[in-house]
Amino acid sequence: MISRYFTGKMKMADVVSANHNLILVMPRLGIPLGFGEHSVQEVCERNGLPVDLVLLIFNVYTFDDYAPDADAIHTIDAHRLVAYLESSHAYYLNERLPHIQRHLVRVASNAGSRYSQILTSFFADYEKEVREHFSCEEQQVFPYIHSLLQGTRNSEALSDHFADNHTALIDTLSDLTRIVYKYLPGDVLIEDLSELVFFVMQLSSDLEKHALLEEKVLIPYVKHLERSVQ
Amino acid sequence: MKPKINVLIAEPSDIIREGLATILGSDEFALLAPMRDIPADIDLRIPHLQPDVLLLNPTLLHSPAKMQLASICQARPQMGVVALVYQYVEPQLLQSFKAVLDIREQASHVAQILRDSSPMHDESPEENYDLSERENEVLVLVAKGLSSKEIADQLCISIHTVNTHRKNITHKTGIKSVAGLAVYAMLHNLV
Repeated sequence: MISRYFTGKMKMADVVSANHNLILVMPRLGIPLGFGEHSVQEVCERNGLPVDLVLLIFNVYTFDDYAPDADAIHTIDAHRLVAYLESSHAYYLNERLPHIQRHLVRVASNAGSRYSQILTSFFADYEKEVREHFSCEEQQVFPYIHSLLQGTRNSEALSDHFADNHTALIDTLSDLTRIVYKYLPGDVLIEDLSELVFFVMQLSSDLEKHALLEEKVLIPYVKHLERSVQ
Repeated sequence: MKPKINVLIAEPSDIIREGLATILGSDEFALLAPMRDIPADIDLRIPHLQPDVLLLNPTLLHSPAKMQLASICQARPQMGVVALVYQYVEPQLLQSFKAVLDIREQASHVAQILRDSSPMHDESPEENYDLSERENEVLVLVAKGLSSKEIADQLCISIHTVNTHRKNITHKTGIKSVAGLAVYAMLHNLV
């Protein structure tokens, strides 16, 4: 049967042309561009990455109905997966959010000081919320996974709790886009406004995929580990 | 006689397409030639085909699915786009559809869901997107960070009523988070 999902034999360039958003995922995995005609498998080997994990990430990011089977989840390289999630956190916090904030400040200041104050404080609160969410994962969840991998448990089972806030983080972003295109005065800097909405939507869709990766892969994996470390 | 509701089905499975055609085979609906997948030029085809309802399997959408869905909706804004679901679909994506038709739905409900999603249905009761006075009151309290229980106590109404107001506020404004509602209230000089 021909798989409709990505496989290791496909050319990396074809995978990217099927879903150009993956271009933004490459740096977080440590995959440089310039694939030439090489397959996904070859590109992964050349960069010392486990191809199974890379395919899992690409497929979750691309196909809404993709559900990896239990075997694929249980055999992933969890250290690498956690490293990928951490580098995604850094990408959101250090690149995307400041980028959006710069645009927001410019748009808001042109819309008048009242808007400027309301929007910048809204965004500052949001950034704080995201930062807290990520730091909770990095300080509690990821070390917990590392301890499970070593056959010990450093705390009570966490897997039931740790994805609770994702929807809230994404809802707030989509509220921001609505506020910008519905309620800001429409005559200020139309290009800046549209760009701002575009950047926020893109971050929102990236965060959705990030959440899916945790829900479809990380949580089932941790539950599996918890059972084996009973 | 009432005009027929034009229905366009986009669904890869022959069995499901045929099944729907049988269920919807009545005087009320006119079925357009169904699609097995989403053609690249769908934005151009839709204005030509003029469907009232598009019944779409969300797994056919190309990533980013939300953006493709938005451009399909834009091709004919009055068209109701209904998700045809029998696999896991991201809840976030489903929210962008006008309605969701689960394949396990009883046959008698299928026609009702499509009827409710068609533009003919929308014409009857005019929907008002301005917040009522009571909704404004609730909004202000939500924006101040009060819980539904606290709002119920303060306004002397049941918590169920508060939740209905909150649902209506979100439906009318499209804003879900408390932080977003606070910004809405400030921009509208309510707080």
